[in-house]
Amino acid sequence: MKFKGLYIAATVAALGLAAACGGGGGGTEKKAESGPAAPANVTKVDPATAATVTGKASFAGAAPKPINLSMAAEPDCSKMHSTPVHSEEVVINSNGTLANVFVYVKSGLEGKTFEPPAGATELDQKGCIYTPHVVGVRTGQTVTIKNTDPTTHNVHPLPTVNREWNQSQPPNGPQLDKSFARPEIMIPVKCNVHPWMRSYIGVVDHPFFAVTNDQGAFELKGLPPGDYVIEAWHEKYGTQEQKVTLAASGSQAVEFAFKAQ
Amino acid sequence: MNRGLHRFAVFTAAATFCLIVAGALVTSRDAGLSVPDWPLSYGSITPPWVGNIRYEHSHRVIAATVGLLTVCLAVWLRRRERRPWVKRLGYLAVGAVVAQGLLGGITVLFFLPAAISVSHACLAQIFFCLAVTLALVTGERWQQPALPLEDEDSPPLGQMTVLTSGAIFLQLVMGAALRHKGFGIVPHLVGATIVTALVLWTIYRVFFRHSNLATVTRPAAVMVLLLMVQLLLGGASYLVREATREAPQPMPVMVYITVAHVAIGAATLAASVWLLLEANRALRPAPGRTTEQAAVTT
Repeated sequence: MKFKGLYIAATVAALGLAAACGGGGGGTEKKAESGPAAPANVTKVDPATAATVTGKASFAGAAPKPINLSMAAEPDCSKMHSTPVHSEEVVINSNGTLANVFVYVKSGLEGKTFEPPAGATELDQKGCIYTPHVVGVRTGQTVTIKNTDPTTHNVHPLPTVNREWNQSQPPNGPQLDKSFARPEIMIPVKCNVHPWMRSYIGVVDHPFFAVTNDQGAFELKGLPPGDYVIEAWHEKYGTQEQKVTLAASGSQAVEFAFKAQ
Repeated sequence: MNRGLHRFAVFTAAATFCLIVAGALVTSRDAGLSVPDWPLSYGSITPPWVGNIRYEHSHRVIAATVGLLTVCLAVWLRRRERRPWVKRLGYLAVGAVVAQGLLGGITVLFFLPAAISVSHACLAQIFFCLAVTLALVTGERWQQPALPLEDEDSPPLGQMTVLTSGAIFLQLVMGAALRHKGFGIVPHLVGATIVTALVLWTIYRVFFRHSNLATVTRPAAVMVLLLMVQLLLGGASYLVREATREAPQPMPVMVYITVAHVAIGAATLAASVWLLLEANRALRPAPGRTTEQAAVTT
């Protein structure tokens, strides 16, 4: 907080200069945080002994009524939808399970480092909706953010331990390549231009995470044998933990039971 | 008396009220960061006219206009006004509007830190009071020498109005802190109770002890009417927030009510400052009163 205060004081002094230079920064593209250097001692998981956690996020109780998102004030957004658009805060699958639950290994991997991620994870703005609604990334992994809408968006993550940024993205403009340096569960992402738009990014420092799909299922594979705490996070229904013990080449099924509030 | 100057001061105060409404819309619409850069908007003075950018950029344009009006007013006062303290008020208003612009910029560049956002909201109220004061004191009546009557009550009405205005301002600070998630609702509810008690006490004193002073009863009546509306809006805002808790915010009904709540809050403070100025001009404490005498009168 002290440093933030200093930054603010420094900014007050620099504002005149910023104004003289035309200020701004909207539309520029830059990396938020550089990824970590390749670790020296990477943990190699023997495929012959690698274990798997599978499972699902079940849902008990009455499913909440779908909440319509009103895009009426923004014709560029509303004309892209012929049917009502529902909030993705709670998505109950046809089999009664819960989608968009972020599941990850919370503990049990301390001291281990893993190969840096190869590819990027994509987050799109399509139909004035963030797609996917919940996404997981590794620390330092590139998140490619696209705007395939015919309207301007701003991408604004609200982290607590990573650096906050806020950047505009014009219609079909250049993609933004960003990354997050520190693990954080979860980082809300807003578009302040269209306040109904919201997404969540889970940042972990290992590759063992997943988001429940349209069957409420998830799979964490390639884990070294050992004891782990698996956590499931949902934006409305909170978090749940389960302990698992994985034998070599073993597989264990877990179920996270969420209840209606 | 320069009629043009007075009209210009009134116009500036009215524009400032519009600016407060525009600022409240930005907060209620959650539009504060829809334009990531400052002082330009998307590197331009004509940003894309979509979504919440419309609210944020409109707020900036109105703010720039009010800034310009304030500078013009200060220059006009410097050239035509004879009372040094009124000239100084004009300079103070320029300082306040510049500081307010800088706070607005900082709040954007640092992603709405609560302390800065609350300061921005509070300085807006102070600036509005300055603008209202300038509008009042440039009027014809205030050009004449004051002939104050003795106020034998204790505390004198002048002091009571200072207390009431201070309490209303603090209540607006609590409201701003609530809106910017600096505080919970409890301080704001406690503040509402204290403000209501102080306003009713002041009103009682005005209408039962100084009912013949139209310059005092008029702002007092305006203040109490605005307070009643404000209490209703506060209650409505709480109930609607509870009723729409599950709905994706900002809901239009929530926006309308909270913006009205901010606007009427600003108007209530301005009315209390109007009363403060009039009461302290029309009345002066009776000399030589002791604390015991004061207690008996009260």
